Amino acid sequence: MHRRRHRLLGKDAAAGWLFTLPVIVILGLFLVVPVLMALWVSLSDWTGRGSPFSSQVGFVGLRNYSAILSEPGLAQRDFGLALRNNLYYVLAVVPLQTVVALLLAVAVNQRALRGKGFFRTAFYFPSVTSAVAITVLWLFLFNDNGVVNKAISFIGLNGPNWFQDPRGVVHVLLSWFGVDSPPAALTQRGPLGVTPWEWLAGPSVAMSALVLMAVFTTSGTFMLLFLAALQALDPEVEEAAMMDGAGAVQRFLRVTLPQLRPTLFTVLTLGLIGTWQVFDQIYTGTQGGPSKTTLTPAYLSYTSAFESQRWGQGAAISFILFAIIVIFTVLQRLALVERDPASRSRRRRAAAATHAAPAEGSVR
Amino acid sequence: MSTAVSTPAPAAGRRHRVPAGRGVAPVLWILLFLVAAIYIFPFLVQVVTSFKTEPDAASNPLSLVPETWTGAAYQRLFANSDFPTWIRNSFVVTLIVTLGRVFLNSLAGYALARLDFRGRGAVFALLIAVMAVPGVVLLIPKFLVVNTLGIYDSFAGMTVPLLADAAGIFIMKNFFESIPRSVEEQARIDGAGTFRTFWSIVLPMATPALMTIIILSFQGSWNELNHFIVSTQSPELTTLTKGVAQLASGQLSQGSQYPLKLAAATLMTLPVAVVFLIFQRRIMNTSLGAVKG
Repeated sequence: MHRRRHRLLGKDAAAGWLFTLPVIVILGLFLVVPVLMALWVSLSDWTGRGSPFSSQVGFVGLRNYSAILSEPGLAQRDFGLALRNNLYYVLAVVPLQTVVALLLAVAVNQRALRGKGFFRTAFYFPSVTSAVAITVLWLFLFNDNGVVNKAISFIGLNGPNWFQDPRGVVHVLLSWFGVDSPPAALTQRGPLGVTPWEWLAGPSVAMSALVLMAVFTTSGTFMLLFLAALQALDPEVEEAAMMDGAGAVQRFLRVTLPQLRPTLFTVLTLGLIGTWQVFDQIYTGTQGGPSKTTLTPAYLSYTSAFESQRWGQGAAISFILFAIIVIFTVLQRLALVERDPASRSRRRRAAAATHAAPAEGSVR
Repeated sequence: MSTAVSTPAPAAGRRHRVPAGRGVAPVLWILLFLVAAIYIFPFLVQVVTSFKTEPDAASNPLSLVPETWTGAAYQRLFANSDFPTWIRNSFVVTLIVTLGRVFLNSLAGYALARLDFRGRGAVFALLIAVMAVPGVVLLIPKFLVVNTLGIYDSFAGMTVPLLADAAGIFIMKNFFESIPRSVEEQARIDGAGTFRTFWSIVLPMATPALMTIIILSFQGSWNELNHFIVSTQSPELTTLTKGVAQLASGQLSQGSQYPLKLAAATLMTLPVAVVFLIFQRRIMNTSLGAVKG
C-alpha cells in the first residue's frame, strides 16, 4: 500500500511539473524576467539602442527616480501633473461606478421586476466592447457640436468643447462666483513642480468626459458582482427587519448594505487597481491633452520610453505606479477591515459566496 | 440626454400592454427604462452615424435617421485602407491565443487540482503573485523581453506572452475540483496514463468551463491593445484595436471623418457583440476577470 502510493506520487510529480511547465515558463519569461529587466533599466542610462545589458550602458542608481520625484524640471512636472490627473480620475470614478453599480444591481434584483434580462443586458453590454471602440464613440458624442452638447442645448445651456477644454472643474465652479485668478499664495511652486492652484483645480473638463466613459463601461461589470452577492443573501434577515417595521431605505442601509461589505471591498479594490491604470483611452483619445490635463502615469511611462527614448525614467514611472497601486489597495483593505472586527467570520462566509459565484457560473 | 427618452419608443409601446411590473412601482420601472435608454442610445448613435454622410453626421449628430443612407464609410474602409489587414490580424491573434489558452490553462488547472507534486503550493503562489501585477506596469518590461528574445514585430511576439493567463487557470482548477475523483480512479485502474486520463476522460467533462475560457480569451485578446503597441511596429501586423486607435487619434488621416471612424468602431464591436448575445448568461456569470480602467 505504502509503496503503491509512493509510486503514484512519483508519477504525479513528473506529470504535475510537465503539465504546469508551459505556464510557468511563459509567466516566468514574460512577467518575472521582464520585471527584473525593467528594474535594471530603471537604474540605468539605457537609451533604447542595443541591449540594455551591454557594457556601454551605465548604472546610475536612483537618478531616474530622483529626476521624476525631486529634481525641478520638465520630467518632474509632467509626473506631478500625471499624478494629479489620475488622482482626480480615481477619486471621481471609483465612488461613482460603485454607487451606480450598486443602485443598478438593487433595481434589477427586484423580484417583481419585469424584463430583468433586458435590463441586465443593456447595463452590461458596454463592458464587453473594447476601450478603443468606446473611446472613438465618446470622441464623437462629446465633440463641440456633438450629441451631448446638442442635448444640453435643449435645456438652454451651452456645453463645453469637452475634449479641448483644459480647465479644471473646480476652477470652472469658482469662475461662476467671479474667482478667475488664484491668490498669490497658491501660485508658488508646490509638490512635484505643480502649483497648489493646479493641484486644487479638479479634473479637467476633458478628464470629466473620460470619467463618465469609465462609469459607463464598468458599472455593468460591478453590477453583476453586486447582483451575485444580493442573490446569495438570506431573505429571512430582510423579512425580519420588515416585520420590525423598517422602511425600504432603512432596510437597505441597515440590513442589506452591511451584508454586502465583502463585495463592496472587491469592487472598490478592483476599481482602484483599474483606475490607476487608465491607458487605452488616453492612447486612443486625448493623448494627454489638452494642456496635459489627461496625461496619466501609465501613458507618461509609455511616452517617456517609446517616444522620448528616456527608458530609465519610463521604467521608473511604472515602478512608482506599481507602488501606488499596492499602497492604495493595502490602505483600502485596512480601512475596511478595521471598522468591525466582530463580523470577520460572517464576512469570510459571505466572501466565499461572492467568490464562488463566478466559478459556479462556469460549472453550470 | 433628454432625447434618449424617445429612442426606445417602439419597445415602450409594446411593453405597455403588459402591466408595468407587478409589485414594482411604475416610477421605478420608468426610471430604470430611462437609464437603460442612456446605456443603449450611444450604440444606436454609433451604428446610425456610420451610415450617414459626413456633413449630415456633423450637423445632425442626434438624429437617428440619416438624411440619406450611405455605405460610403464601409466602402472606404474595405477598399481604400488597411482595414482588411487589421481584421485578419485580429482574427489570427485571437485564434492562436484562444486555442493556446484553452490547452495550457486546462493542463495547468488539472495539475493544480488533481496531481500531488512537490512544489504545487509554490506554483500556486506564483500564479497568485503574478495575478497581482497590474498589466499597464508591464508595458516597458514586455517590450524589453520580447525584443531581447528576438520576437519583436512578429506573430510570436504578439501571441506567446498572452498564452498563459492566471484567471483562466483558476477557473479550470475550480472546475476540475468539482468533478468526483472516482471518475479518474476507474480510468487509472484500467491502466490509462495521466495525460490520457486528463485528455480523454476529464477534459470532455469540462466543456462548460472550456466554453467560459474560450469566451473570455476571445473577448480579452480581441480587445487587447497595449501589448500590441509594445510588441509590434510594422503596418502588416497592426490589429484592429491598434489600427482604429491610430485612426481615431488622427495619426492616419486629416479631419473628423466621424462616419468612417464609427464604422470602424462598429465593425470591431460586432464579433464581441455577437458572441455576447449568444452566450449572454455564461458571460454575465463570469465577468470577474474583465474589468476596464
